[in-house]
Amino acid sequence: MSLVNYATREITCKIVYYGPGRSGKTTNLHYIYGQVPEDRKGKMVSLATQTDRTLFFDFLPLDLGMISGFTTKFQLYTVPGQVYYQTTRKLVLQGADGVVFVADSQARQLEENIESFRDLHANLAEQGIEARTVPLVIQYNKQDLPPDLILSAHELSDALNFRGVPEFAADALHGPGVFETLRSISEVVLKRLSAGATAGSR
Amino acid sequence: MLVDSRLRFDNFVVGSANRLAVAAARAVADTPGTVYNPLFMYSSSGLGKTHLMSAIGNQVAQKRKDLVVDLVTLDDFVQQLHEAIAAGETEKFQERYLQIGVLLIDDMQFLTGHRETQTELLRIFNALTADGRQIVMTSDRPLSEIADVDERLITRLAGGLIVDIGAPDYETRMAILKAKCEERGVRFRGGVIDEVGRLEFKNVRELQGALNRLIAFQTLGGGQVDPEAVVSILGDLAEQRARTNPPRASGEFANFLTDISLAVAHHVEQWKSRLNDGIAYWSGEGYRTGILERVLQDPTPPTSVESVLREFEGTVSKLRDLERQLLRIDKALAAHDAFRDPDRLDEAEQLLERALRTSAPPPGPSASFTRAGFEVGASNQLAVRAADAIVAVPGSRYNPLFIHGPSGVGKTHLMNAIGNGLIDATGETGGVACVPAQMFVDELIGALQEGTVDRWRARYRHAGALLLDDVQFVAGKERTQEELFHVFNALYADGRQLVFASDRPPRELSGLEERLRSRFEGGLVVQMQSPDRALRERLYDRFLKDLGVEPTSEMLTYLADRAVASVREIIGTANRIVASAEVKAVAVTASFIRAELQPDDGEVLRAAAMRTASDTFFLDGEKIVWQWPDAATRLVEELR
Repeated sequence: MSLVNYATREITCKIVYYGPGRSGKTTNLHYIYGQVPEDRKGKMVSLATQTDRTLFFDFLPLDLGMISGFTTKFQLYTVPGQVYYQTTRKLVLQGADGVVFVADSQARQLEENIESFRDLHANLAEQGIEARTVPLVIQYNKQDLPPDLILSAHELSDALNFRGVPEFAADALHGPGVFETLRSISEVVLKRLSAGATAGSR
Repeated sequence: MLVDSRLRFDNFVVGSANRLAVAAARAVADTPGTVYNPLFMYSSSGLGKTHLMSAIGNQVAQKRKDLVVDLVTLDDFVQQLHEAIAAGETEKFQERYLQIGVLLIDDMQFLTGHRETQTELLRIFNALTADGRQIVMTSDRPLSEIADVDERLITRLAGGLIVDIGAPDYETRMAILKAKCEERGVRFRGGVIDEVGRLEFKNVRELQGALNRLIAFQTLGGGQVDPEAVVSILGDLAEQRARTNPPRASGEFANFLTDISLAVAHHVEQWKSRLNDGIAYWSGEGYRTGILERVLQDPTPPTSVESVLREFEGTVSKLRDLERQLLRIDKALAAHDAFRDPDRLDEAEQLLERALRTSAPPPGPSASFTRAGFEVGASNQLAVRAADAIVAVPGSRYNPLFIHGPSGVGKTHLMNAIGNGLIDATGETGGVACVPAQMFVDELIGALQEGTVDRWRARYRHAGALLLDDVQFVAGKERTQEELFHVFNALYADGRQLVFASDRPPRELSGLEERLRSRFEGGLVVQMQSPDRALRERLYDRFLKDLGVEPTSEMLTYLADRAVASVREIIGTANRIVASAEVKAVAVTASFIRAELQPDDGEVLRAAAMRTASDTFFLDGEKIVWQWPDAATRLVEELR
């Protein structure tokens, strides 16, 4: 997809929140949505099941207005974490400019985190994308839970962040770390502009 | 114009819509001339452009006393320029502006159409920025939307940073209202300010107007305003305004927005924006922009986008020039696509060249002067042999051939005969230019007057051969010699034949430039003399026969014994004899000829004596002004 369209003066960023089921991807989006002033708020589309689990995906458009003469729009997506929604995950991942991997900090979820992270790489590879070139930020969510239930950000980093990408400890329900994560992925994505790595950037 | 000292950074309310502009303005005020130069800020009316610009001016004036700060509106600038032009003091005007350390120009949108102002601005901009001085401009629309502005000026202006200021959002409106109330010392009941802030005013002036109305209502006896009454008090001001619901919390989002704004400003590739502006401009002008598009698609940015654009502009102006030239020759061909595509400059050049080559070839030789009709004698045989050699192998043996000799000895005839011979040899009728030098000069003057020199030049440069008669007439005419020099070189380099005829040898042509003289002498210089006796006899025989008289050997002996200066004289004598015999109704005999010509011999002798006795200067027709064929155009040529 087109990240920067110099002809129409538009910047559009597609950021996908990836991670295992129940790690808090939708919660991230909800928190962000809650902070957006009314006049900038697009409609958050959530296709969820009755039990509030993401079945298909969430979509939050963020209209950031005119920045440096460019109409800037961010589109935040989540993928369904459950293993059996593989096809949806692939679809949502298509054309992503950046990926936020939301890991569940609970110690018992470590395997799921690792599995989902592998799944992310496999899906990217399937689309012919070299995973190392995709802007990626990792969030260790649920750090507010009792310490005996969770792994520290440091421990999770050892398990997941072998590429040394930006990482954030977060509590998506209450906000800490949510905007830090979004800001970081946005900056990494925008940095790619100047690196000239934006295919079809016209 | 003085900067309004009330407009400062500390009383400018910063919101998400103007955060980038404020950050840029502050950076400029802190270190003028180093970052973002020029700074171009645009927004709709009433959003604080002038405030920000004045804030820069105030801060610089306070912190950098060594720098002269000047704020002008574009209107003032135009007026000052016009006054300076009227008073003949444009230099003073420029000097005044070149003293300025920080130049602030408001209302740049009025630049439309002021061509001379644009030129002057461009000059001042170049001088100031080259010297590290700061320029800040504001406009109510983006640069690309200011109509009819010189592309070079746009290029300069776009070279710095362009920022826009958007309409204030809810938070900004609230902050402005609170600041204004504090400034005016007014207190409203709780909820009143929030109610006003929710109304989506598109600019700060309207917002202030609304606040002023509430203040007036409250202070002029209307009692304390209730939040519920706000809309009815504001009346028309509040009507049809959308209302914002106050957000729950937006500090995090606002901060996020600020960071993203800076990241975008930092990472967006300005060169691509510039290139796209250029592409939009030139495609709007009807030109293909493939060259620019390729640069845009190249992942590595060009070393200088401005030089890419300048080069493109240069190519376009070349195309325009070619198109203009072609319009004079072939309107249909001038509409060819190649003239609108800088990628096809070569093709456009070739089209023009071909059109020039095929349009109106230079005059060729006269068909009546043939080699067969040219009598050869000892006095001209060298020239004739050279001529024959040239026709046999043009451009290689005697190039150029320079024939000189007195008037009437057959130079023009021989030259035309060479021309006809070349045409016969090559079969190309339009390829041989055979012109009197005077015509060559007159054509050049005409071309200069019409501005079609290129076309004129191309006609000669594409000739298969150039035969220039009476070349003495180019002596003293600098421009003609210059053109002749280039035509000579072009043809010579291409191995095409050059023949020149003159009444005297090159070294005696005063006023002939050395570079031409040496070129003329570099080939073969041959002289044609007055007809010798044998030739005279043959010529009389031929001309009398042509006139229907069968000459006897006695007649021919008598006639051939008489010395003549030229062939023309022989023709004249033959004509006279035949005419006289007809008038007198007698047959032409040797004794008749003798009787007819006898008294003349005395006259001829007298004339010859006079010719030698008087100053030869006056016998040179070229030096007597009233004998010049066209003195006026000649003066024009001399002056060019």
